[in-house]
Amino acid sequence: MIYGWTGKILNIDLSRKSFEISDSDPEIYRSYMGGRGLGGYYLRSFAELAWDHPDMIVCIFTGPLTGTLAPTSGRAHIISKSPLTGLIADSSVGGRFALHLKRSGFDGIIFTGVADIPVGIEITDNHIEIKKAASLWGLDIDELHRKIRPSKASLAAIGPAAENGVKYASIMIDRSFAAGRTGLGLCLGNKKIKYILVKGTGKCRVKNRRNLIRARQDILRLTAASPILMGSSGFAALGTGAIYDLMDNRQMMPSDNFCRTKFEPASRLNAAAYHKKYSPEKKGCSGCHIFCKKTGIFKNRQSAMPEFETMSHFTALIGSADTDLVVKANETCNRFGMDTISAASALACRREILGNDYTQKSVLSLLRDIGLGRNEGKELGMGATEYADKMGRPETAMAVKGLDLAAYDPRGAYGMALGYAVATRGGCHLRAYPVSHEILRKPVATDRFSFSGKARIIKIAEDTNAIVDSLIACRFVFFAAGLEEYAAVCEAVTGIETSAQDLMAKGEMICYNERIINALNGIDSTHDDLPERFFTEPGSRGDHIQIPPLSREDFLKTRAKYYNIRGLDKNGRPCAAKARSLGLVWNT
Amino acid sequence: MEYLTKKYADKLVQAGLGHSSGIFQPVVGGLDDTLVWNRCAEEIQVLEKIFTQININSLVFLKPAPPYGDIIRYLADAALKSDRIIHPADCETRTFLHDLPVVDKFDASMITQTLKKRKSVIIMHGHDNYPGVIAHGSVSPEQGFVTISSVCFACFVKFFADYLQQLQEGYDSRKGHDLYDKIILPVKSEPRSLPKLIKGPFRDTRTVHAAIIEAGLKTVEYSLVDSYFGNISCLQDRILYISQTGASLDELAGCIDPVPMDGSTSAGITASSELSAHMKIVCLTGRRTILHGHPKFSVIMSMDCNPDKRAKCRFKGQCHIKCPEKRSICNIPIVPGEVGTGPFGLCNTLPQAFEKSCTAIVYGHGVFAAGRHDFSDAFAKMMETENMCHAIYTEKIHALRKKARII
Repeated sequence: MIYGWTGKILNIDLSRKSFEISDSDPEIYRSYMGGRGLGGYYLRSFAELAWDHPDMIVCIFTGPLTGTLAPTSGRAHIISKSPLTGLIADSSVGGRFALHLKRSGFDGIIFTGVADIPVGIEITDNHIEIKKAASLWGLDIDELHRKIRPSKASLAAIGPAAENGVKYASIMIDRSFAAGRTGLGLCLGNKKIKYILVKGTGKCRVKNRRNLIRARQDILRLTAASPILMGSSGFAALGTGAIYDLMDNRQMMPSDNFCRTKFEPASRLNAAAYHKKYSPEKKGCSGCHIFCKKTGIFKNRQSAMPEFETMSHFTALIGSADTDLVVKANETCNRFGMDTISAASALACRREILGNDYTQKSVLSLLRDIGLGRNEGKELGMGATEYADKMGRPETAMAVKGLDLAAYDPRGAYGMALGYAVATRGGCHLRAYPVSHEILRKPVATDRFSFSGKARIIKIAEDTNAIVDSLIACRFVFFAAGLEEYAAVCEAVTGIETSAQDLMAKGEMICYNERIINALNGIDSTHDDLPERFFTEPGSRGDHIQIPPLSREDFLKTRAKYYNIRGLDKNGRPCAAKARSLGLVWNT
Repeated sequence: MEYLTKKYADKLVQAGLGHSSGIFQPVVGGLDDTLVWNRCAEEIQVLEKIFTQININSLVFLKPAPPYGDIIRYLADAALKSDRIIHPADCETRTFLHDLPVVDKFDASMITQTLKKRKSVIIMHGHDNYPGVIAHGSVSPEQGFVTISSVCFACFVKFFADYLQQLQEGYDSRKGHDLYDKIILPVKSEPRSLPKLIKGPFRDTRTVHAAIIEAGLKTVEYSLVDSYFGNISCLQDRILYISQTGASLDELAGCIDPVPMDGSTSAGITASSELSAHMKIVCLTGRRTILHGHPKFSVIMSMDCNPDKRAKCRFKGQCHIKCPEKRSICNIPIVPGEVGTGPFGLCNTLPQAFEKSCTAIVYGHGVFAAGRHDFSDAFAKMMETENMCHAIYTEKIHALRKKARII
């Protein structure tokens, strides 16, 4: 008997409208754990196919901790190849989907093929149905929820953005939890999957419940001691927007499409302002005790409050000082099913190129046009990189490998600069998440204006976060706890002896596997780079802080160190010997 | 990285945990693409192997100087005869370190196996008969420094608390007896005169910052904290200026957050874990400054409990969160509570203690002292509390020793 996993994977072939349930190899489970790791393992065989090839897979995986008492474990990881970047596409997502999928008896779902008409997948425990969904095609996320009424089940769905080819379309779980980045919504849309409804009532097997409770208590104690998570100004109280003031104070809030790093009205657009204006309540993902998600009252109805990145990009990045606009833009993106970071980035890029400021009306109109794939929205829906290229101004796309940068200006945090450049899914702030030590002082503070030591710090953090995405747990809890505590949880759940370092070794393998997938798609050091602006233009100067441009020489030196530490060649490409030493197949 | 290896080696020396030369000199290694050490040492040969086996960027090795080395050897000897783990009950260990594993060989593979699971390992091996402590980090040598100083603090508290408990139960072990006699003299020191701190009320923000920085430095200088990590705050114009989370009390410049009492910004997100408790205390008492340190004998005495009551207590093992007794030392209340905002968090248990006192001790954790306008009275109260606890402790030991049976 295995513990932690169900041992079953649901394979759905949309071309044949058939499914089969496969038993997974326990050794593969032990190596890749689940979530991002397992998804990457399956994706590797299809790495060279185009994102929209009928044989391309879309995987949704839970992890061994999902459905147990392990704190923050109610997450799923979705993986395919990105329409936006052409690289690995993946996103960790909360809500209740992962819990229900696991309780249905599956560790994950692998979709292949393309349906001839729109379909919906309905899973109730071990009963699986592929239903016609042509009548639902075109509905936005809210309309779909009203139609399907998932009640206690969990609903993953795409909106019109995915149906209309928006390259940063997201998958919306339970209405407001987004698998937002890299265009996974379009991956599902290409397969003509409108929705996946899951309801599971089974139990997840745990090897040693007593040890799990003890390990859980250690994590809860650490979380309670974390000002970032549970303090009166932390995520539990104010949501992820609690970081907004910090970014403002540190002069690293991307403003005017990263032309500046200070947005003057920011102090009245912070999380406290939202709290006062929209009276948000705490919500959260299943299995989580932090409840960072917020739902407020907007125009006499419940509305999901924007996350930090949305708050920042729909104000400072696009030059607007209107919180109502942010809430409406967030609602619109959620309803149409598209990534708020990439949507705002496309708008900011457009503003820089055309020189036109936005009003609430013009922003919402453009967002609707993007979601519906009409007028100018059609070009903006290709993402800032393609849009800027088309407009003859490629330098205005603030993206790395096609993925738009999040709300942390890399000139104000040099680990973030390296992290953005080398992240396997493009300009991602979460792969290494250096904001943790460069800004939030966890586990200890590092000098944000120095590259010293950052090459190895970023590599270690990437390895750590790769396994976190595979267990699966939420990134935020690692502001307080560490793999030391999660290894104890993992051991209690699975019965397999492990340690923080054993888990990190798996994380290293997962990262390297992603590097191989990207290399198979032609990625090398020429792509592990930042937009030129960061090396030539300073950020905004404050009373006590100067934000100089990054030194290109120092950046390249640090990147070279990173390649060396990661076991890549000097061009950032993976090597056979290193791959084999990590237990990876080398068939490139 | 080289700078950081030297900085944290020096800090271990400044804290009195190591020496600047001889066997108690710290060894600190930092790894980016190349490995650098603060100095040459014979241990490096083994420590380098650890770097190749685990995914870390820094290691700190220290043979803690007396009395810490003696105490750790005593506790580690006992641990090696049982489960090879030291189980301190202080707050720092409970929250952050969990427990302290011990190995009996200075062997890379054995040390690595332990460091894979825990932040530190104690090594009982060496021709000089002094134990070593190794701790690692993934971001900075500061992590190893903090861990090792927490290990020393935890072991210090554990030895003295256990010894008192043992005597209260009527026993006096020969080894414990001898160790106490060996170390109590250096531990006992003449009372120092109080430092002259900036006088309040403070007129501007600049003075508030200067006063906080100065009080932090003096708290460290007078050994009223371990690892340099207490916290400190001052209220001015409805803004609570408070030290940041993980900030070293002797390096507070640039590490003070201005947190508005009306919650109009989230500046407190990087503030001390005890922000909520500080806010409630200033609201409740009208006092403007709070100083929190971890003076050792206050922590030890906070854990002192009548053995008969302890034996019958239904919350045995949960004293730190559920102690049902109203306890105090010389009218200074002792309260249970954990770091932060959880159900047993200090923000829920500590403020009430300030209704009748301007000082409180948290079980197994430390002392909070509130000042009227500046840090002078808070500092004096903290120091007085510690001196008093030290005196009471030694008196108790002397009295109990007369009755105890040496085993």
